[in-house]
Amino acid sequence: MNIIDRRLNPKGKSLANRQRFLRRAKEQIVKAVRDSSGKRSIQDIENGDKISISTGGVREPSFHRSASGGLREHVVPGNKEFVEGDTIPRPEGGGGRGGSEGSPDGDGEDDFRFVLSREEFLDIFMEDLELPDLVKQKIKQTENYSLHRAGYSSSGSPSNLNLVRTMRNSLSRRIALRRPKPEEIERLEQEIAELEAGGTDDARLLELRGELERQLRRSKVIPYLDPVDVRYNRFERVPRPVAQAVMFCLMDVSGSMTEHMKDLAKRFFILLYLFLKRRYRHVDIVFIRHTHEAKEVDEETFFYSAETGGTVVSTALEEMRRIIADRYPEAEWNIYAAQASDGDNMSNDNAKSAALLENVILPMCQYFAYIEVSQDYEGGLGGALGSTLGRETDLWRTYKLVAKPGAPIAMRKVRTRREIFPVFRDLFSRENATA
Amino acid sequence: MSMQMLDDGNQLIFEGADWDYDKIKRAYDAIERIAFDEMGLDIYPNQIEVITAEQMLDAYSSIGMPLMYKHWSFGKHFAQDETLYRKGLRGLAYEIVINSSPCISYIMEENSMTMQTLVIAHAAFGHNHFFKNNNLFRQWTDAKGILDYLEFAKTFILKCEERYGHQAVERTLDAAHALMSHGVHRYPRKQPLDLREEQRREDERQEYNRKMYNDLWRTVPTKPGVKESVSAVESRKALLALPEENILYFLEKKAPRLHQWQREILRIVRRVAQYFYPQKQTKLMNEGCATYTHYYIMNRLHQKGLMSDGALLEFLHSHTSVVFQPNFDDPRFSGINPYAIGFAMMQDIERIATNPTDEDREWFPDYAGNGDAMGTLREAWANFRDESFVLQYLSPALMRKMRMFEVRNDASEPEMLVEAIHNERGYRKVRKALARQYDIGYLEPDIQILDVDLAGDRKLILQHRVINRVLLDESDARAVLRHIANLWGYEVMLVEVDATTEAVLKEHTVSASSLLLS
Repeated sequence: MNIIDRRLNPKGKSLANRQRFLRRAKEQIVKAVRDSSGKRSIQDIENGDKISISTGGVREPSFHRSASGGLREHVVPGNKEFVEGDTIPRPEGGGGRGGSEGSPDGDGEDDFRFVLSREEFLDIFMEDLELPDLVKQKIKQTENYSLHRAGYSSSGSPSNLNLVRTMRNSLSRRIALRRPKPEEIERLEQEIAELEAGGTDDARLLELRGELERQLRRSKVIPYLDPVDVRYNRFERVPRPVAQAVMFCLMDVSGSMTEHMKDLAKRFFILLYLFLKRRYRHVDIVFIRHTHEAKEVDEETFFYSAETGGTVVSTALEEMRRIIADRYPEAEWNIYAAQASDGDNMSNDNAKSAALLENVILPMCQYFAYIEVSQDYEGGLGGALGSTLGRETDLWRTYKLVAKPGAPIAMRKVRTRREIFPVFRDLFSRENATA
Repeated sequence: MSMQMLDDGNQLIFEGADWDYDKIKRAYDAIERIAFDEMGLDIYPNQIEVITAEQMLDAYSSIGMPLMYKHWSFGKHFAQDETLYRKGLRGLAYEIVINSSPCISYIMEENSMTMQTLVIAHAAFGHNHFFKNNNLFRQWTDAKGILDYLEFAKTFILKCEERYGHQAVERTLDAAHALMSHGVHRYPRKQPLDLREEQRREDERQEYNRKMYNDLWRTVPTKPGVKESVSAVESRKALLALPEENILYFLEKKAPRLHQWQREILRIVRRVAQYFYPQKQTKLMNEGCATYTHYYIMNRLHQKGLMSDGALLEFLHSHTSVVFQPNFDDPRFSGINPYAIGFAMMQDIERIATNPTDEDREWFPDYAGNGDAMGTLREAWANFRDESFVLQYLSPALMRKMRMFEVRNDASEPEMLVEAIHNERGYRKVRKALARQYDIGYLEPDIQILDVDLAGDRKLILQHRVINRVLLDESDARAVLRHIANLWGYEVMLVEVDATTEAVLKEHTVSASSLLLS
């Protein structure tokens, strides 16, 4: 008998098969992912999930008898009361109870359920989403250069002097050329001084003087530190594409924003975050909430605290401008912003907001998405028609002026959770980007 | 009893649930002694491999083989199993055992020591003995060569994917898989199969063909077509070796437009199908044999004082859940559990051999009361498959015990009819019906390639001989026919014919989408 421990063998032997399966079922999976994401919350989306697809494209057909019709005979266990010749009502579906007739898999199994890993899910979820193309040239241009250590050079600026390497070279040169050590000269001098004082051995004194002179000459000819010893750190400029993005979440938190609206906004922001996360190595989020004044806050406060006060949208834009100037130089960051609001604004602020957006914010942004959230009137159709379809809000009208074709801004209205994903896709889908 | 205890030193081979290699070695040795000395089992050398639950799932997904070529359907099955496992709807099998020499048994690291002992007894001895001795396996499978062959198959298909693209290979494999159950030779050939040898010869043949290939031959003019006579039909059929029920084999050899690599893929799938064919036919017996073996061995280990009471109880708990057979009206019922009926039949044989009733003597005169239960069992394991085994060994006593009855479900009648029950009048009928339930020849539709219209449009004609008016599932049948048409390259027709009256019940015609050859 041979016993072998295979536990350390590579896992995921089935990975290649799984990939082939996903490729095969791609179309249906994509559809299933879309469908399911509309139904469930975004946190779940981040975690990949059970997906059921119809067996269509991944059916493995075989010749087998149909499940109905004809004459079949089965032997089954557990007879309690039947005697020969009894009749039994046929169970629904027509197929005989039990028996292993028919195909082992196949009939009756319309849906096929399985679990997608988080990565697989997100890949499919995000698949044909694309960064808005509008400011792409900027992404291409804004390659940053970073300096990378690249060995040593014999020339350079004094600030890059590598002391250790220089001294090491110097030392090895001195040893190789046998530059006299200071102690040695000192010893000679001392001995000469002693002889001069005692003055008995002139020949010796003469010899020592000659020796000292030779050594002194040597130490002059062989300098302690020679220009050939000097080494500088060498740096190379390596082009580094900008791979970071910052996302500004702007939200009106005045009393008119209900929990429902904030929930919608949050879902949208999470989606945006997930999306950016997959495109950039590093994503920052900045939460700015505003009433009549704007403030940068943390996520908790952003979504869960209520404020009262008037609504002045321009304050949020101002704050965003300030933070960008402060921490996110345009050249290095891809800047995205999403604003969620119920559309209320002080009427005297509208002009200011529009100007700020058009002249300052949009030129800096890759993309600015404005989401107008409103109350979900699922109960009454009349209400829904009356309030959301009928009237355009102040802010909507204001932004519409700015949203000229070609400007990196998009505006959508969202009323229910169901609508978030379609709206998101709509905003960020490829077609939209190239349009 | 006390003598035996002295013999074996009366020492537990393990205590507690944890396992380690020493304990496994000791358990293995103790099991081996019982298996050889008391049961007379004869096995391939054993190789036991410890794996994790995750790896067990992986192993599932390639139909239990340690090596397998890659295909999406395995990924699908993996996904399915994994979902069920994660939901807790299905536990993992405790073991997978492979019909190869050495016989590889997987044991999971999560198992307790009792379970490891059980698995070793069950797989490394029970299944192993069955693989090595059962007639069907001996005739049809090459335990020594299978892993080498799969290695070859895997590399071959990988190379094909590189050379001809994923899609082309996948289409070919899809088509081949759809025909897998119609890709076996049901009757033994003259010589035993040696896959390695055959592979070598095939390679040589190919190499020779490659060297001898001369494109000039293509241009040699042939005689202008001669009109086909009636006798020509016969000679054509003879030439094509028709009718042929091994559809894959026929396509591999005769389909005009397949590339060489596609033929090789059909051949690989056919080989795999053939390798698993005996397993399909001996599910009941194989599990019955393994279950009987582990039950015997575990009880003997306990009797000999090598296993504690606690371990025995743990074993019995999992044993009883394996052999549990719900009744037909139980919501858990999903057909007859092969472990349950297999185990029950083996025990029944033991009972009849050692302690028969008058009824048993009458029904089984050749072995009732012969006192050699193990010998009788070994003979049964060696010489039967499920269908013939049931027909030969199912006793009235067991039918009564399981309260079996036969139901006749005729779609043209309003209600189902109880055809026979477990009484004097019913025994033979029930037994015959149950045996037929295990007859692959009966379970799988009888489909043959009948003819090829060589003079006309090269249409391939298949026939399904319909038994009891049960037609093929139409949408699946059409899907399979499309696969056949793609392999064949031309139109394919399937005629469903009543087996008794020869009346044509249904016809399906599918033309090739020629995707396969693009």
